[in-house]
Amino acid sequence: MPQFIVRRVLYSIVTLFILSATIFLVVRFTGDPVALMAEASARPEDLDRIRHQWGLDRSWPVQYVTFMQNAFRGELGKSFNYRLPVTELYFQRLPNSLTLGLAATLISLLIGVPAGIISAVKVNSRWDNVAKGIALLGLSIPGFWLGLVLILVFSVWLRWLPTSGAGDWRHVVMPALALGWYFAASMLRLTRSSMLEVLGSEYIKLARLKGLPDVVVIAMHAFKNALIPVFTLAGVNMVVMVNAAVIIEVIFAWPGIGRLLYEGIFQRDFPLVQGVVIMAGVMIVGINLVVDILYAFIDPRIRLTR
Amino acid sequence: MATIPADTRRASRRAAAGRLGTIVKAVREAPQAAVVILGGLMLVAIFADFIAPHDPTLPVQGAGVFDPPFWMEGGRVTTLLGTDFQGRDVLSRLIYGARVSLVVGLMGTLVAGGIGTAMGIISGYVGGWVDQIIMRVTDAWLALPAIVFAIFLAAMVGPSMWNIIVILGAVYWTRYARVIRGEVLTLREREFVKLAEIAGASKLRVIKRHILPNVMNTATVLASLTVGVVIIAEASLSFLGVGVPPPQPAWGLMLSEARSTLMAGQWWLTVFPGFCILLIVLATQLFGDWLRVRLDPQLRNL
Repeated sequence: MPQFIVRRVLYSIVTLFILSATIFLVVRFTGDPVALMAEASARPEDLDRIRHQWGLDRSWPVQYVTFMQNAFRGELGKSFNYRLPVTELYFQRLPNSLTLGLAATLISLLIGVPAGIISAVKVNSRWDNVAKGIALLGLSIPGFWLGLVLILVFSVWLRWLPTSGAGDWRHVVMPALALGWYFAASMLRLTRSSMLEVLGSEYIKLARLKGLPDVVVIAMHAFKNALIPVFTLAGVNMVVMVNAAVIIEVIFAWPGIGRLLYEGIFQRDFPLVQGVVIMAGVMIVGINLVVDILYAFIDPRIRLTR
Repeated sequence: MATIPADTRRASRRAAAGRLGTIVKAVREAPQAAVVILGGLMLVAIFADFIAPHDPTLPVQGAGVFDPPFWMEGGRVTTLLGTDFQGRDVLSRLIYGARVSLVVGLMGTLVAGGIGTAMGIISGYVGGWVDQIIMRVTDAWLALPAIVFAIFLAAMVGPSMWNIIVILGAVYWTRYARVIRGEVLTLREREFVKLAEIAGASKLRVIKRHILPNVMNTATVLASLTVGVVIIAEASLSFLGVGVPPPQPAWGLMLSEARSTLMAGQWWLTVFPGFCILLIVLATQLFGDWLRVRLDPQLRNL
């Protein structure tokens, strides 16, 4: 077991190194941030001065090493645009993204789990077909378009919900639904297949043979075991949603990290973009590591595979 | 080895003809809704120049801006689905937009599939440190949500349709690499591969004649399921202004242009392009699901 953990941790570190180097290189391959920062009338000497000031006149390897040294100390550089540390901007926005991610996860569970259970219990029935239809639509409706249509219906026509910004729960409903919709489909598919697997297992057959009513078998015996992978996926999905909500946050003017990334991109704020993207990688690698290790505790067979 | 080909070539030609027959048969058996939608959209995309009633990039003569669809008050038959903020015909833009979505969807998938299949085969067949490097890069790529990675790359490289194709290919190859590598690892141990190696076939030849044909089914299934994802990704990038640049008529771009006037209730500018995306992705999903069950039952969980 310790060997397994060490190997997993090492892999995660290597992954993050490759990721950070890739992002670092892409950012530097594509244009001169200094030219954008300075005024159009700036003389070459001024540009050089700015370059020196931001440490952009040094060679790439030196810049990368400095960047990584700072990163280990928890500093991701300073935003060109805001002249503030990237981490400060990031952690200001993060709570909003967490709220949205949590709400979207709840919605995806509320849609996906009941529909998945019904569809598995009444397999090949009308309900199963309805659930399959929902799953298919979940994958086919672009989340951002759903967001626009929701605005059209609930804000423009019905005037029930505000279109943008963060505040009370009414601000969260539409972005969370637009974001969670796609993930609801994956929850549904997983719940369904997981329930089907459990319902076909020996101990469920035994419970039925004992004469337990269907409700008890499904609610007490099957449900619990079938939902372990579902909740694991929900956890991983939440981390993904926190980081991948760029378009939804832009549409609903939600002040989260996705919008921060979007603003950074259009202001050519390289340190900011680099920082937000790397933080996304750190969070996702982190959650995957946690899940891998937890599963290895639960199921010893996993430790043996790579 | 050099003396065999005449015979093998004939065999492979026969196989190719057989494959064409399979494709024709497959299209007949596939879910009809998917075939009709995809086929229809392809025809529309190819013959856009003949079908579209107006130039998609120029205002329609005699029409105003924000004309509603023809069945609403103020709508007219010359602009069936209304006009946008520049007075351009929405229907014509949708028709030309099909071209962008299909080209990017298919080409992007092809690039992703090409890179991914090659990487997967190399990784699985060569093994050792090559395998390690490719798999660690795959891990690193998968550590970012694909859409964030794509937005990041697109913002850095700059907007154009061909850039988007390359970027989406460069983002979505990892799933192929993982799955194909897994298949190659088992194929590598099979007898026909071992025998070919003992007979002195070069690595390249083994890959070409024995490995590649055996992973094509998997690659095809993955591709059919990737097209929809790539189409949505393209629309998302165009929507954010880092995808297909204006005035080109792309569905994502149309949604982006409609956004500023959404509050004024010009619903047709938002509803139609999104519905087109929904339709095409739904069709590819249906087709992909069917193909998956048909070609490779082991992939059901993908």
